[in-house]
Amino acid sequence: MKITNHIKEKTLTISLDGELDASSSVMLDEELSKPEIMLFSKILVDCENLNYISSAGLGVFISHLQRFEDAQIKLIFFNMQEKVRNVFEILGLDLLMTIVSSYDEAMTVANE
Amino acid sequence: MNNWITISCNKKNLKVVRDFVTDFLAPYDLPEVLLNQITLAVDEITANVIIHSNKEDDSKFLKLTITPKEDCFLFEIADKGISFDRSSYVEPDVRDFVRIGKKGGVGFALVNRIMDKVEFTSQGSNNICRLYKRVR
Repeated sequence: MKITNHIKEKTLTISLDGELDASSSVMLDEELSKPEIMLFSKILVDCENLNYISSAGLGVFISHLQRFEDAQIKLIFFNMQEKVRNVFEILGLDLLMTIVSSYDEAMTVANE
Repeated sequence: MNNWITISCNKKNLKVVRDFVTDFLAPYDLPEVLLNQITLAVDEITANVIIHSNKEDDSKFLKLTITPKEDCFLFEIADKGISFDRSSYVEPDVRDFVRIGKKGGVGFALVNRIMDKVEFTSQGSNNICRLYKRVR
């Protein structure tokens, strides 16, 4: 699992590359737990190269979602592969989280 | 290709299990989403066996066997750790998990929703989880 951060003003874009399972999701959890992440108003998660997600990976997002919402930080996923999106859908997480198709759409939603 | 694999109870071996499942199923040309679902369900049970049943003890092992049946695949995960008590399992409400910031506990819900039948048996110290998935 490779995590790359790109910062532009108050927007943090996190690019995920690889597979998020019970072993690798610890790294993502550490990233989202950093205190400085609360300084951003938008967190965009680029899932183009996210090839796999298990419940452990979903659990990381589930555990931070409310904290981000309470701080009025928008968490938006984009470029998600169909097989990965399907895993979110099985649990109904696509209804609780914002998943859009492209970076442009993510920025539009982020700026609403 | 063998229809079984044995791994030690280390989370790093989850990738080995997923690769084994996808390689074994490759000749069957399953749709990508279905193949990912099956791999995910096996990964979830394997992760539970490694983490909860065997406490990530590298000296312990589990065996995964895949058997193609007439209209389905059977996945058997066998180990000698602490057996899973299905009677105490409660289907999670994901909205509650979001509200309280809960990190784990949705893996078995995925397995239940993906697989057509899920069985757990224990005899002495031997536990077997059987997952059945129809593909036709």
